[in-house]
Amino acid sequence: MAKPVPVPTPETQFYWDRAKERELWLPKCGNCGRLHFSPRAFCPFCSSVDIGWIRSSGRGTVESFIINHTPGPGYAEQGPYAIAFVLLDEGIRLASNLLEVEQTPTAITIGMPVEVTFEERGEWTIPQFRPAGAAA
Amino acid sequence: MDDSPVPASGSSGVSTEIVIAGAAESERLGVIPDESIWQLAAGPTLAALAQCGLTVADVDGIASTLPVVELAYYLGMRPSWLDGTVVGGCSYMLHVRHAAAAIRSGAASVVVVAHGESGRSRVGSPPMVPNPSSAGGQFEQIYGMAGAFSSFTIPTMAYLHRYGLDETALAEVPVAQSAWASQNPRATRGKLLTTDDVLNSRMIAWPFRVLECCPRSDGGGALVLMSAERAADLDLAHPAVTVLGSGEASEAPGSSFMQDLTSFRGFRDSSAAALREAELSTEDIDHLMVYDAYAHLPFYGLEDIGFVGRGEAYEFIRSGATRPGGTLPMNTNGGGLLYAHTGMYGMFAIQEAVRQLRGDAAVPVPDVHTSLVQGVGGMFAAAGALVLAN
Repeated sequence: MAKPVPVPTPETQFYWDRAKERELWLPKCGNCGRLHFSPRAFCPFCSSVDIGWIRSSGRGTVESFIINHTPGPGYAEQGPYAIAFVLLDEGIRLASNLLEVEQTPTAITIGMPVEVTFEERGEWTIPQFRPAGAAA
Repeated sequence: MDDSPVPASGSSGVSTEIVIAGAAESERLGVIPDESIWQLAAGPTLAALAQCGLTVADVDGIASTLPVVELAYYLGMRPSWLDGTVVGGCSYMLHVRHAAAAIRSGAASVVVVAHGESGRSRVGSPPMVPNPSSAGGQFEQIYGMAGAFSSFTIPTMAYLHRYGLDETALAEVPVAQSAWASQNPRATRGKLLTTDDVLNSRMIAWPFRVLECCPRSDGGGALVLMSAERAADLDLAHPAVTVLGSGEASEAPGSSFMQDLTSFRGFRDSSAAALREAELSTEDIDHLMVYDAYAHLPFYGLEDIGFVGRGEAYEFIRSGATRPGGTLPMNTNGGGLLYAHTGMYGMFAIQEAVRQLRGDAAVPVPDVHTSLVQGVGGMFAAAGALVLAN
């Protein structure tokens, strides 16, 4: 079974289009200036429809995580895997797996600096995170 | 609008006392492969009505997470008030709250709140199909979050880390609750547990072991609500339990979208509303049910409702305060972790509070006059709270 892929909606199409270019972008309100996530057509803080996008630094830290021993669809072959919440430097939280690191609670720690990377999944490109500076 | 009239909060209807006059669970609980979701709901509905000396013909309101038209049809009811609110396992707290308002308004007079779920055997259950275009589908499920055990659990390490605890702290929750479950013949997991029993049990999603995750059960339950005035005219099998206050709230569609990983706004808002309406504070509460599908939830519940300060729940539970003889008996049926968990456990948390207040619990708490029941729906998505009294 293949890993799941998203079905974008008009609000999220830009996010997934940029991901395909291996870029991480976040919605930002042109009225109140605040970032939000998940992407919406209306600002959840001021209800403005003036939603623009900024490119994320792609840097953040591990805010919380589990190591899942009961795999979801498409995840059965790789053994236990981390699912983390990453707090971006911009203050937005994203769910992610943690790539290029041992999938154990000793190798992964709360507060660990991470950076965005991208996983090709069929026709899709999925934002993922790995320890900061892991790039060879 | 400036010229809108002040809401009539002092109108006579608001003061109408609402009671739970009948409450029953399915006779069997756990593995029931020979009953559909409809049977699991209908059995306790008829039993709860019988406790009131009523029949289906006396019912004019129905609420359930089951498709409510089909349930009314199944039971042969002709309702003039229907509530199909489905916001997860706390939906039953919302149903009770909505029923109380409906009875006060005159929209209904006798309301059945019914639950039936074949959580283990899945007899008559709809298929569980994730929506890949939802917020969760696009931004959570694609990372292998494939069930409550792998999504509801993720905020936990942030909580434990914030308060200097390690993952072994979670084990104290099922250990403490096993002091209740081990005396309850209906509990699915009826063994008295040690910390080692829990920590050595099978890993589901580190840091959660299987004994820190609810079992999957088949079962049902039903409540019958009406005004205290109406109940006074009936020959009830058990004393009526009063609904003193209620609250409901929502936060976000998934745990990654919640504002603060260490506190749930839904718990805070719904419990505050319920206590405010009851005109009580946490010091006035004798008995507590906190929806515990997973072992971290009592930590959040105790702190978010305000029974203890931030970061103090672990020591409070470890001290024995929530066990038999403690100052705040909690999850006295064994909780969702040990008693049973059909998927939408809220009905069973309410049932245990009702049993404690009317005096027919398996492990009775002495001198209990007030109970707070705190429910959660989805993965820190929705919440409902009730303050009940005898």
